[in-house]
Amino acid sequence: MQKKIFLSAFLALVLGSSAVYAESEKVPSLDWSFKGVFGTFDRGALKRGFQIYSEVCSACHSLRLLSYRNLKEIGFSKNEIKAIAAEKEVQDGPNDDGEMFMRPAKPADRFVSPYPNKKAAQAANNGALPPDLSLIVKARKGGADYIHALLTGYKDEPPKGFNLLEGSNYNIYFPGNQIAMPAPLSDDAVEYADGTKPTLDQLARDISTFLAWTSSPELEARKSMGIKVILFLLVLTGMLYALMKRIWAKLH
Amino acid sequence: MSHSTKEFSNPVIRWIEYRLPIFSFIDSSVGTGYPTPRNLNYWWNFGSLAGVVLVIMILTGVMLAANYTANVGYAFESVERIMRDVNYGWLLRYLHSNGSSMFFIIVYIHMFRGLYFGSYKAPRELLWILGVFIILAMMATAFMGYVLPWGQMSFWGATVITNLFSAIPLIGESIVTWLWGGFSVANPTLNRFFAWHYLLPFILFALVFIHLWALHVHKSNNPLGIDAKGAGDMIPFHPYYTIKDTFGMGVFMIIYLSFVFFAPDFFGEPDNYIKANPMVTPPEIVPEWYFLPFYAILRAITFNIFFIPAKLIGVIAMFSSILILLFLPWLDRCKVRSARFRPLYKQFFWIFVLDTLILGYVGANPPQGLFIPIGQAATAYYFAHFLIIIPLLGVLEKTKPLPESISAAVTESGTSGKENG
Repeated sequence: MQKKIFLSAFLALVLGSSAVYAESEKVPSLDWSFKGVFGTFDRGALKRGFQIYSEVCSACHSLRLLSYRNLKEIGFSKNEIKAIAAEKEVQDGPNDDGEMFMRPAKPADRFVSPYPNKKAAQAANNGALPPDLSLIVKARKGGADYIHALLTGYKDEPPKGFNLLEGSNYNIYFPGNQIAMPAPLSDDAVEYADGTKPTLDQLARDISTFLAWTSSPELEARKSMGIKVILFLLVLTGMLYALMKRIWAKLH
Repeated sequence: MSHSTKEFSNPVIRWIEYRLPIFSFIDSSVGTGYPTPRNLNYWWNFGSLAGVVLVIMILTGVMLAANYTANVGYAFESVERIMRDVNYGWLLRYLHSNGSSMFFIIVYIHMFRGLYFGSYKAPRELLWILGVFIILAMMATAFMGYVLPWGQMSFWGATVITNLFSAIPLIGESIVTWLWGGFSVANPTLNRFFAWHYLLPFILFALVFIHLWALHVHKSNNPLGIDAKGAGDMIPFHPYYTIKDTFGMGVFMIIYLSFVFFAPDFFGEPDNYIKANPMVTPPEIVPEWYFLPFYAILRAITFNIFFIPAKLIGVIAMFSSILILLFLPWLDRCKVRSARFRPLYKQFFWIFVLDTLILGYVGANPPQGLFIPIGQAATAYYFAHFLIIIPLLGVLEKTKPLPESISAAVTESGTSGKENG
């Protein structure tokens, strides 16, 4: 929607469209809480999304650009964050004896990745590398719409004549329609504490909202500052226009 | 530069002025002592806007550099640290990344304005030529800046563009090795691109200074394209154009900051939020939008000419498309500057604008199917515009009669500002 506002004919022509994802289904556009000039993240969706990440995604996908302390921004308390961090172990050291040692993670630590390195991740996943999710919404055309579509776009059976490779899964939204990741979510995949019904669509919306936040944690600060700045500029520019008219009226 | 003999009443200013005539210099540059044609329309706002954006780019760039690490192991992460942990780092970075797009939009409009109103003609040839050097320096700066975040498009864009130099016969390979600082785009490349990206804007700044110096000798061209004759044709820069430029800046800031705050990744490629990976080629490598027309010209050449390989011709065509502007003051023999009095040139100008937009559209799309012949036709037309149409029009076109003077034209019919070309 924002794009449409700013899209001048010039840019439409110059930017054009590329045909990268032409072969797969068109990603439906959803109504996100963080969309638009006044959009903010739905706090409930963020917390539920974090729960999905912790219980499902984090088994394979890292979130390496985030620290546990960042969870404060989505409404977790200091103690809750300490407890969440302490569930994971990180290597520290060397200590006074020159030994490396393991300790529980602290709020200042980065999210602990599920695998020690890329090779380990690939070895555990049939050669495919589960991408880091920190920036995934900004790193895919379609953003949150695409993540939601991907998570809900699995089909049990590929269409007749489609040659699905061994270990691949059929997804109508993935470029090429063959994705190494098996459908990670389904109805009731997690149990929500706040009573929200965990349908597949709801789960996909919640995790997409959470990942939109991990991609753009500055979004709310940015938009709220933007509204003030633009309002100020509109008034200032209006006054400058009046002043200009006045000064130029002296001419002749 | 001539200084006005303005008298100052403030004793401190008088003391300084006697030793360093900086106040009269300011006055004769952008003050009441700088005469400007009275009929400049809004298209003349874009020069000062470009200057403002250059300053914004340098300021935000210096602050970003304080937090950036030019190392393949940390570059991507340091940019994300700026986005997440540096106070208002996201604002600095989005101002800088969107600022580059704004800079090109403004400068392209500034150039098209020069083309439409004949601002490149005598006695402003050097002013125009300096402008061509400015756009070249801008392009080099922007290209290297895009490499710094070390995303997938950074890496692969750098690979494609630096490889172009290998098409140069004999020394091409050596130039590429020197650009890379090795045998592929790698850490030494990133390191030197950062150094050059920091250096070039200051060269750009010096070029802009000389550009303004040349401007202030013969003053601005104007929508009528005729020389000022009497005092009635000119008005002091201050307050008339200081306020007009300030108003224009307000409008510009609303547009620019709307992108920064509400659609900061509008001009970006999603792939650049994936860290550079030399082992994985993105499905499609596209340059930033402001390079697309030139990218289309590069890719339009798909055939060898005798023994010259297509790649070399493509590279020559791409660089020529900008360098040809250096010769424009002599390719255009028509004495009448403004397209307002050149009915044929006016039409060809707009066809040329359309042609560059078509080239941009072709550049954004994969080189297949219809895009190939369209790109080739648009490229051929681009060069034909400068090499055939403009020289021919200079001889054949019957121009409309020019007005007596600026003030006569403005006060008679009151066209000032109404017709924007």
